[in-house]
Amino acid sequence: MAYLTDRKRARGLGSAKSGTAHFWAMKVSAVALLFLVPMFVFTFGAALGGTYEEILAYYAQPFPAIVAALTLAVGFKHFNDGVQTLIEDYVHGMAQKIAIIVMTCISYGAAAIGVFAIVRMAL
Amino acid sequence: MVQLTLPKNSRMTSGKTWPKPEGAKNLKEFHIYRWNPDDGKNPAVDTYFVDMDDCGPMILDALIKIKNEMDPTLTFRRSCREGICGSCAMNIDGINTLACTYGMAEIKGVVKIYPLPHMPVIKDLIPDLTHFYAQHASIKPWLETETPAPAKEWKQSIDDRAKLDGLYECIMCACCSTSCPSYWWNGDRYLGPAALLHAYRWIIDSRDEGTGERLDELEDPFKLYRCHTIMNCAKTCPKGLNPALAIAQIKKLMVERTV
Repeated sequence: MAYLTDRKRARGLGSAKSGTAHFWAMKVSAVALLFLVPMFVFTFGAALGGTYEEILAYYAQPFPAIVAALTLAVGFKHFNDGVQTLIEDYVHGMAQKIAIIVMTCISYGAAAIGVFAIVRMAL
Repeated sequence: MVQLTLPKNSRMTSGKTWPKPEGAKNLKEFHIYRWNPDDGKNPAVDTYFVDMDDCGPMILDALIKIKNEMDPTLTFRRSCREGICGSCAMNIDGINTLACTYGMAEIKGVVKIYPLPHMPVIKDLIPDLTHFYAQHASIKPWLETETPAPAKEWKQSIDDRAKLDGLYECIMCACCSTSCPSYWWNGDRYLGPAALLHAYRWIIDSRDEGTGERLDELEDPFKLYRCHTIMNCAKTCPKGLNPALAIAQIKKLMVERTV
């Protein structure tokens, strides 16, 4: 390391020519959640406190079920992208790669479980 | 990896308290970071007392007075004493700013002075800005053209020239970059607010023909996208510039050519 020129160190491995897709995906999912989260809160709130049969009947309707499924899917995609940025900020080296893989498994796994549960209730 | 504690040889110790000037009635207390690479000791904070009745109004005046009259070993950079060279950038009262343009009257109580944060220290208040300057050079801060140079000059409309206002004034003092947490954690790869502000200054220059290549060079999760709009840069800039806005404009251009 000692004999690298300053410019060589500053340029590093050069530009990855990526990052904009991730940045734009975050913006798109953020705007989607801006609408989805209030809709989810109101539909979920309306069902809150009902009996098991009432909840099943409520989520058999298309609107609450679709809102809940979309909120979970988009929410966990947004979570995944956001936490990836966070890990890149604070964790470096091999630990960073492992953390990103673990976090991706958790977020897509959680989204899949949530959507599956809603499908079970809705159908 | 983020370090939450300082390495053993960087931990602060209490330093020397220098004698108060005789006969002075209006004293101001200064706590100043000291570190000498030659004595093998940990950094320390020395205490000085400056007679305000016999000192200029700026922090730099007090530092020069301390160096001239009390402790000639106190080491700091300074040159223009009017906020245009950027040499005397340091952390004063918790804010990265220029010692020459920061008034003593703005600080109540003890004046605490440290070098710019999270940079290697050369001595006392002097940080090593080698990498910072190399990052600035890496964005090619000059006019890139393919068209042969005109006989007289490259013309620019008044409106296009106005786009450079708020950008060309940057004096590369490093206050912004060293106030940015993203630059602290990833300064080896993230270009930081100062270099990115300069990059944008050339990207939007109507005379520059290297716009696409400049954007290509910046499109990187670390070089550009480590900016999370924390805004410390805009808050601390002693010239009142807004590097965060310049970075946001670069991101907008990136999206514009993608979506």
